[in-house]
Amino acid sequence: MSALWDILLTASFWAAAIRIASPLIFATMGELICERAGVLNLGIEGIMVIGAFSGWMAVYMGAGLWGGVVTAMLAGMLFGLLHATLTVPFGLSQHVVGLGVTLLATSTSYFAYRLILPEVTSPPRIEPFQPYEIPYLSEIPLLGPALFSQTPLTYAAFACAALVALVLYRTPLGLALRAAGESPAAVAAQGLSVTGLRMGAVIVGSGLMAVGGAFLTLSAFSSFFFEMVNGRGWICIALVVFGAWRPGKAVLGALLFAAFDALQIRLQQTPIGQVVPYQMFLMAPYILSILALIVMSRRAEVPAALMVPYRKGER
Amino acid sequence: MRLEPIANPALTRRLGLPALALGATVLVASLLSALAGADPFAVLGLILKGAAGSKFAALETLNRATPLIFTGLAVAVAFRAKLWNIGAEAQLYAGAIVTVFLATGLLAGTGLWGMALVAALAMLAGALVLLGPVMLKTRFGVDEVVTTLLFNFIMLLIVSWLLEGPMKDPAGMGWPKSEPLERAMRLPRLAEGLRLHWGFALALIAAVLVWFLQARTTLGYEMRAVGHNPRAAAFAGIPVNPVLVRTALLSGGLAALAGYSEVAGLKGHLSLDLSPGFGYTGIIVAMLALLHPLGVVFTAIFVAGIFVGSDSMSRAAGVPTYIADMLLASALLLMVLAIGLTRYRVVWK
Amino acid sequence: MSADYGAQETVLRLTGITRRFGATLANDAIDLTLKRGEVLALLGENGAGKTTLMNILFGQYAADSGTVEVFGKPLPPGNPAAALSAGLGMVHQHFTLADNLTVLDNILLGTVPLWRAGFGRAAARARVLTLSRDFGLAVDPEARVGDLSVGERQRVEILKALYRDVRILILDEPTAVLTPQESDALFATLRSAVAGGLSVIFISHKLHEVMAASSRVLVLRHGRVVGQVATAGTTREALAAMMVGAELRKATVTPGTPGPVLLQLRGVHTSKDAAGKDDRIGGLRGIDLALRGGQITGIAGVSGNGQAALSDLLSGLLAPQAGTLDLGGTAQGQWSPRRALTAGIGRIPEDRHKTGTIAEFTLTENVILERYAEAPFARAGVMDWAAARRVTDDLIRRFDVRCEGPDGVIRLLSGGNMQKLILGRVLDTAPRIILANQPVRGLDIGAISYVHGQLVAARDAGAAVLLISEDLDEIMELSDIIHVMSEGRLSPPFARGSMTAAQIGLWMAGQGFDEGATDAA
Repeated sequence: MSALWDILLTASFWAAAIRIASPLIFATMGELICERAGVLNLGIEGIMVIGAFSGWMAVYMGAGLWGGVVTAMLAGMLFGLLHATLTVPFGLSQHVVGLGVTLLATSTSYFAYRLILPEVTSPPRIEPFQPYEIPYLSEIPLLGPALFSQTPLTYAAFACAALVALVLYRTPLGLALRAAGESPAAVAAQGLSVTGLRMGAVIVGSGLMAVGGAFLTLSAFSSFFFEMVNGRGWICIALVVFGAWRPGKAVLGALLFAAFDALQIRLQQTPIGQVVPYQMFLMAPYILSILALIVMSRRAEVPAALMVPYRKGER
Repeated sequence: MRLEPIANPALTRRLGLPALALGATVLVASLLSALAGADPFAVLGLILKGAAGSKFAALETLNRATPLIFTGLAVAVAFRAKLWNIGAEAQLYAGAIVTVFLATGLLAGTGLWGMALVAALAMLAGALVLLGPVMLKTRFGVDEVVTTLLFNFIMLLIVSWLLEGPMKDPAGMGWPKSEPLERAMRLPRLAEGLRLHWGFALALIAAVLVWFLQARTTLGYEMRAVGHNPRAAAFAGIPVNPVLVRTALLSGGLAALAGYSEVAGLKGHLSLDLSPGFGYTGIIVAMLALLHPLGVVFTAIFVAGIFVGSDSMSRAAGVPTYIADMLLASALLLMVLAIGLTRYRVVWK
Repeated sequence: MSADYGAQETVLRLTGITRRFGATLANDAIDLTLKRGEVLALLGENGAGKTTLMNILFGQYAADSGTVEVFGKPLPPGNPAAALSAGLGMVHQHFTLADNLTVLDNILLGTVPLWRAGFGRAAARARVLTLSRDFGLAVDPEARVGDLSVGERQRVEILKALYRDVRILILDEPTAVLTPQESDALFATLRSAVAGGLSVIFISHKLHEVMAASSRVLVLRHGRVVGQVATAGTTREALAAMMVGAELRKATVTPGTPGPVLLQLRGVHTSKDAAGKDDRIGGLRGIDLALRGGQITGIAGVSGNGQAALSDLLSGLLAPQAGTLDLGGTAQGQWSPRRALTAGIGRIPEDRHKTGTIAEFTLTENVILERYAEAPFARAGVMDWAAARRVTDDLIRRFDVRCEGPDGVIRLLSGGNMQKLILGRVLDTAPRIILANQPVRGLDIGAISYVHGQLVAARDAGAAVLLISEDLDEIMELSDIIHVMSEGRLSPPFARGSMTAAQIGLWMAGQGFDEGATDAA
């Protein structure tokens, strides 16, 4: 038990938790926007892969770190456009299209990787985002190193969540988006375009997912590996449910989740890790996600028109 | 843009659009080849040659198609009942684990009769793996897409643990792989000297049985009714949740047979690269077949051909082998679009 | 101002509006004008083209030909935003409200440009409160719409239109969901709005409302204008004749001969309807009901008052939480659709598209939906499709279903033919009890009289028929015994013709019958 306290009371543990939460927050916000507007985006896993790859590749080619973030976002938006076009105006199965987009985005990343770097055995490294210590705040004991010595992309993740919450609940655009996910007919009756709102949400949301992927290559690690996203996209879908489709709760969920993840990594190094196989620790995030889904399923407030295509003029 | 429903689409539309989708996929292939600096026609030729250009190539394609027929059937059966089983990968490994566990353990040396029992128990294992997410769906309303996806990752970690721990081959020189099945416990080849094992025949038999089940039995009727309209099915007295559970058992069992046939028919042991995503590819196979069980046989061979052909083309033309995955993902999306457009006409105004 | 509408300016002019859906001509060269400060009633049977016309006006569909002019300016077709900004507002028959949002959010939706930073919610809220006071439309702006009653939701819809300063308000069958008293309150609201210069188009097929609320009537039949008269210069009979054409029906249903009680409910409570859609209202709250063979028992009432729960209860989808369900003298323990079918209950569901049939299935597959596992359709789990097809062929002939044959997909059938097939499926098993929930909604007159005739014939053969309908005329025409349903409770039964419409209206509003019910218990 003391081993547990030793871990929980270190700044490095909490710093790690926040670092692990950052890509999840970006991608969860992206998925949340899509679902609030009524579209399930199962393309998330692949879009995170293409974000991780394209951001890294852009930096490798000399675009600069923020250039990499923008590149990732644009790549994500491109695949978002694909998902949106097929599921919104054409009203095709969001399940099947989403899986198709994931397969396409993943294989596109791998294909492009091999096309650009045909020979390499290990991927080249880039110089990733460095931690930026916020003056004064970073000197607070325990909290300072945990919260205020992160990379700019982590600060951006939290700013992004705040912005999403603000837009959703405090602006006409946010109201229209939420209404599109609750009752597309009500939106159309007010002369607003359900198609436009939903497509916009999916495209912007996909951009955020891709930035979440880019966090992995530009901030967390310094290189691109196959399978590096490793189910994080699916976990984000669980986090949206866990957060009851609310940005604040979803961020809390991501932090809770990341804390468990940081904990299992550290527990592997303790005597417990000598007894329990490391695979059991690695399993924890996935099992946690499933448990979160079960717990929340009873009281979740699903957007009423989630996965219900809207076809104008159908009778 | 507006979609206008077509009440009764003509046969030309119902067949023409899917054909167009496949044509468009070929176009994508040409584009990607050109992008890679290769001659598109040469690349297409090489894929075709690599997939079916020789007896060896064709048999390799059929070998690769075998697990895809099983996972394709698993997905087709589930999707027909609108049960989104994206976890065929996990069910496949469950089948493979049980196969190795029994064939090298309790039932070692029992020969073909033992292997029949192993097949049944492997199916049971796959069925149970899918039962979990389905019970969560029927009891708590948890979306099975995410749970089955997450189970894939959990199952791979279980396999990794087994192969580094309890099931590790002591003679494996440290590689994470299981003890091999003895010769008597392996599926024989279909004919002497033919590099194709009985798993392929089993897959064909499974396809015919699934077709019969769907078209000619009350259970198949129930599955289709639940898939099309669960509300009307419940109203008519069809027990919706039990039907979903039965569908899950069948689907999981079929996917497990893919693992069984790969271990007992092809590889002879369990390793972490037993399946290069056969479970996910099964979704493409099933969708391209429009969820028809007999169609699955053909699309599985087609998809396997693209993989095998791309592998050999990649060596010759230098186009990355991932072109195969890109083509199949494109084919999936184009086919879904084509099916959608058979029922709706696009009106621009 | 009110009487002399002829001199007022024309605010809306439709010219030659034509719209086709596949083979049906929904609107055929319709001309319509609306003057300032008048209430124009658009009268017509279901399927006459009223709703299509309004959807064209609102840009939901584009017309194939014809033009719309608002305040003298042409309106671009197929553009809802243009219609709204021209001052048109519509209250749809099916409300276009988002249940999980608040009343204020629903009203504000679309009123502020999307890219503006904020709303000015406080000012907006004050304005909504003022409007609701001025027009007698009481509703709490912060309430979640899903928690409101149907009448309140309609008020939100009207507030939505008033908030946007509409100058032309269109109401699509606004009273279908209201009690007679609520309807009167709505008409009062409309009168005050019209006095303030608003122009109203009022869509209805109820003659007495048209007579009470409108100043002019335009009658549609089969997509064409068949008459246009000032309300003051016409009669209900004249309008009815125009509306239905020459074949004016006057069904004469002879009374049934009461037989034994086949189904009895005592003090039944249920949670809500099986779909679980409306959890605030909708459950049954202690109802007593006896269905006798040889009788049609009618349930009158505004929908949303427990009819869905009663229907689901008899269908087997919903089990009583308290109270008993007796069939032929034995109380039912376990209860399911399968048990209901075995007990001889034939069910005609409210929604034939979503509950009664499986759209993608063939006629044959739909005909055997409730008995697919029985001989001769299945033996040892294997289907005999030839036997199923023979029975379907037979039903198609006996019930006059117009279709391509038993192998066609059912969604291609018209509503009337689909309902005939469902009716055939139900009557083929000679059920002792028949549940008919809104059996003729959306059907044309020929199909309506066919369905009614079959129900009466089944009654005469000894079946107990439970008819649920929100159309009071239908209930009064067919039923031997009538109950009124309100807020999950049933009024005491009364015989046809023993009560006036006004008394029934009070009961529909939930007033009066409770005391009697308590006394009886």
